[in-house]
Amino acid sequence: MNGRESLVSLALLSITLGCATAPSSEEIAANAAAMLKSSFKANGQASLDRLKQDETQALCSQLAGKPPSKEVAARIEKINRDAIKYPADGKLLGDWKNGEKIAQEGRGKQFSDDPAGPVGANCYACHQLAPQELSFGTIGPSLYQFGKLRGYGADTQRYAYGKIYNSEAYAACSNMPRFGHSGILNEQQLKDVTALLMDPQSPVNK
Amino acid sequence: MPCAFAQSTVDEIAKYRAALQDGNPAELWEARGEALWKQKRGPKQVSFEQCDLGLGAGVVKGAYARLPRYFADADRVMDLETRLVWCMVKLQGYSEADALKNPFGSGNEKKSDMEALVAYVTSESRGAKMNVALSHPKEEQMYRLGEKMFYFRGGPHDFACATCHGEDGKRIRLQDLPNLTGTEGAQKAYTTWPAYRVSQGELRSFQWRLYDCFRQQRFPELIFASDASVALTMFLARNANGVAFDAPAIKR
Repeated sequence: MNGRESLVSLALLSITLGCATAPSSEEIAANAAAMLKSSFKANGQASLDRLKQDETQALCSQLAGKPPSKEVAARIEKINRDAIKYPADGKLLGDWKNGEKIAQEGRGKQFSDDPAGPVGANCYACHQLAPQELSFGTIGPSLYQFGKLRGYGADTQRYAYGKIYNSEAYAACSNMPRFGHSGILNEQQLKDVTALLMDPQSPVNK
Repeated sequence: MPCAFAQSTVDEIAKYRAALQDGNPAELWEARGEALWKQKRGPKQVSFEQCDLGLGAGVVKGAYARLPRYFADADRVMDLETRLVWCMVKLQGYSEADALKNPFGSGNEKKSDMEALVAYVTSESRGAKMNVALSHPKEEQMYRLGEKMFYFRGGPHDFACATCHGEDGKRIRLQDLPNLTGTEGAQKAYTTWPAYRVSQGELRSFQWRLYDCFRQQRFPELIFASDASVALTMFLARNANGVAFDAPAIKR
């Protein structure tokens, strides 16, 4: 049997098996919902409602690692962009020194964390920022010289704040948490982290 | 040159890991687990030597490299821990609650018999080629559920397993992350659990690895021996097929 024939017979075999026994996508989806329900328990601040997906989470999960289509990406980015709330006072930059602390802080929202304790953004887990910090991750791009490279103008400030507030507004199915949208950071913390990226005095821009 | 420095730090960590390989305290857990395996236990005073891990009653050699698998007597796909719990209930007469309690130890304060049993059984597959089948429809279904779970984004941070384990060559801080969607990454990761964790002074099972990943994902607590835990184990074990199992290992 040559390669092509064996591929064809494999395909036929899988169709036959498919009809006889293999579960359909609908079955898998129903069973996945039941599995989720039976497999987790609330622990401290991590309640079971954390498993209820919003539209963005559901759409991105279905892709199973593949990039979203143009239409899906546009839909996700629109609903998330519409949900961004900018500060009422119009000021987007806080204190970069606090921003650095928040970028270093990995605690917060885990069931093992004190609910009254600090909640950080843990930026260094995934990004390079200030060059003094050598222990940085690479899941996200380097943000070293973020402001210096892009300019310190009002539009870039607004982009930086919006991206931290809700990354899905700019890059559908991004790996980055939606720090403002999901209530991880408060408004002052969002401003402080924005300053870490956008203040000319921040070590990120040195 | 921050990048050059970071690279040398990574090299130093690699050297540290290599130095650890000489003398693995996991052997203490393996020895305790072997004694527990052979001991008559529970209300019925029966040893695990009547427990079928898939290769026949009492056969331990090579059994872990073929798990999870479908067990007709339970009509369920089971990983090692689920099967051990089943044997404790059906053979040894424990209540399910008793069999499920204390799945993970914490240093010298609280020892876990389950983790010791897991250390022993897995050590008996060292060198065996990973060979997890999807021949039963329930095995196929479990694999697909595991894949779904792997890509499931939830919680306040929108994290899925795939967030950290979906690409090659990524790290969190300086910790390298295996890409578990590829064969090579899954093989390297799956075949080196359980592991003695130096930082915790504990032998950690794959069930623990999953439990602690979900904690960091900001999910609610993954229930020990739950369907999602078995499904994810199935997904990763199957993806690791083809290479020799090599644990209990030792890790930072």
